[in-house]
Amino acid sequence: MKILVCVKRVLDPQVKARVKADGSGVDLANAKMTMNPFCENALEEALRMREAGIVEEIIVASVGGGKTEETLRHGLAMGADRAIQVVTEDSLEPLAIAKVLKQVAEQEGVGLVICGKQAIDDDSNQTTQMLSALLGWSQATFASEIKIEGEQATVTREVDAGLETIQVKMPAVMSADLRLNEPRYVKLPDVMKAKRKPMDKIELDSLGLDTANRLTTLNVEEPEGRAAGVIVNSVGELVEKLRNEAKVI
Amino acid sequence: MSNLVIVEHDNNEVAAATLHAVTAAQQIGGDIDLLIAGENCAAVAEAAAGIAGVNKVKVADNPAFGHHLAENLASLIVEQASDYTHILASATTYGKNIMPRAAALLDVAQISDIVEVKSDDTFVRPIYAGNALATVQSADAIKVITVRTIKFEAAAAEGGSASVEQIGGGADAGLSSWVSQALSDNDQVDLTSAKIVVSGGRGMQSGDNFSMLHSVADKLGAAVGASRAAVDSGFVPNELQVGQTGKVIAPDLYIAVGISGAIQHLAGMKESKVIVAINNDSEAPIFQVADYGLVADLFEAVPELDAAL
Repeated sequence: MKILVCVKRVLDPQVKARVKADGSGVDLANAKMTMNPFCENALEEALRMREAGIVEEIIVASVGGGKTEETLRHGLAMGADRAIQVVTEDSLEPLAIAKVLKQVAEQEGVGLVICGKQAIDDDSNQTTQMLSALLGWSQATFASEIKIEGEQATVTREVDAGLETIQVKMPAVMSADLRLNEPRYVKLPDVMKAKRKPMDKIELDSLGLDTANRLTTLNVEEPEGRAAGVIVNSVGELVEKLRNEAKVI
Repeated sequence: MSNLVIVEHDNNEVAAATLHAVTAAQQIGGDIDLLIAGENCAAVAEAAAGIAGVNKVKVADNPAFGHHLAENLASLIVEQASDYTHILASATTYGKNIMPRAAALLDVAQISDIVEVKSDDTFVRPIYAGNALATVQSADAIKVITVRTIKFEAAAAEGGSASVEQIGGGADAGLSSWVSQALSDNDQVDLTSAKIVVSGGRGMQSGDNFSMLHSVADKLGAAVGASRAAVDSGFVPNELQVGQTGKVIAPDLYIAVGISGAIQHLAGMKESKVIVAINNDSEAPIFQVADYGLVADLFEAVPELDAAL
């Protein structure tokens, strides 16, 4: 089976986003960028499936301009077999991304797609579900455990009330949650090897899809900050303040 | 304008989160209908008909909807969609699972996790773990929306007198099936609606040590939460995680114990009215959002707090 892992280049999760003064968005100039953490979980799961003999080939794909290639190279260094960059300088919404990925999945004839459950920049949590809908495949989101058994997969999902286990027919589209696995560290020889792995580039315009944005961002601003607090010196003082000052206990 | 709110439920009760989505629909304006898809869910329909401000409750009672599988529910929503300008659900794992699938089938965008309704086509939503707020305007004929519950008051659960209509349609797509669930202990206070939350992080060192927090929580009538680090370490189950990709809560009092305060954790609790941080590292970022900080060894401070309450 071939597997498609979709990844996104995002602001490093350790870096605090700074809003541009003109309210047009978040300032990413010279910011440290990485592969979205959930996408690393998705790719790690694919690597483990290949190691278990369930998957023969792992294709890692991303939609974006210029430096998207760096993120795909990281995926190749983690162990993906080849990469596809759908090239555009536009910032596409999840629906458009799902349309693009649908074409990639169909052209490549993959039997499974895994994405991260959420990108930590726009926090949309949509692409997996949308891709699954457009392909008409079964859907398993927020996976913390995946077992592929021939034409079926058993997936444990992290839901608000705890854990839910479902069985889905293959082919399927799944999204990775944090507890699915711990992504491996990339070693230097892997980085060198990744430079020689195949990277296909497809111009977005050549796909002939309607990828127009449906939402217009009118303004981006920082939320109101919290007023500075105080350091208390003892548990007694804390309890006194919670009772008499904040009046919350 | 006409709103359809997707009711989250367990075939017995309406989830509290749905009441907040109803309020968002009220702010958009126009009629509000509810859609209940379930199996043997008459009790849910009866309760939903009493929610204030609701016009009609549509009920699809069918074994295909018993376990709320995304493929089956999304198709039903699409069948109903042509009557509505706005389709809303709460931004819980229930809504997040179903709504983008329905949106894609309708070929419209989803507006995730709205925190404010500016007008019938313009909404505010947090991005970058809540470090920025984006105001977005939708050009789609049908707006599919998920609602961040903490930013909208709950609609009154009683006082309404909506009509109840049984609808047909919907079928089992045959793509997935439910196997089992492992749900949290019902005896504990619900994390998302608790007035007070006591949360533990990596500093707790073990799952057993969370018993200290449970003891404090019991005295305060509080729920227990956790940081991602505590969940990843296996101290507590995933449903206790507070943060960017876990639960987003805003209790009156949030007590963070042994939590350093990573951006991702702050995203889930910084809207709390009063924040207390107990941590032995005075440089921990959690102190920057805390109203009351106590720099102390939690293994001494928490038992002392317990005794003082």
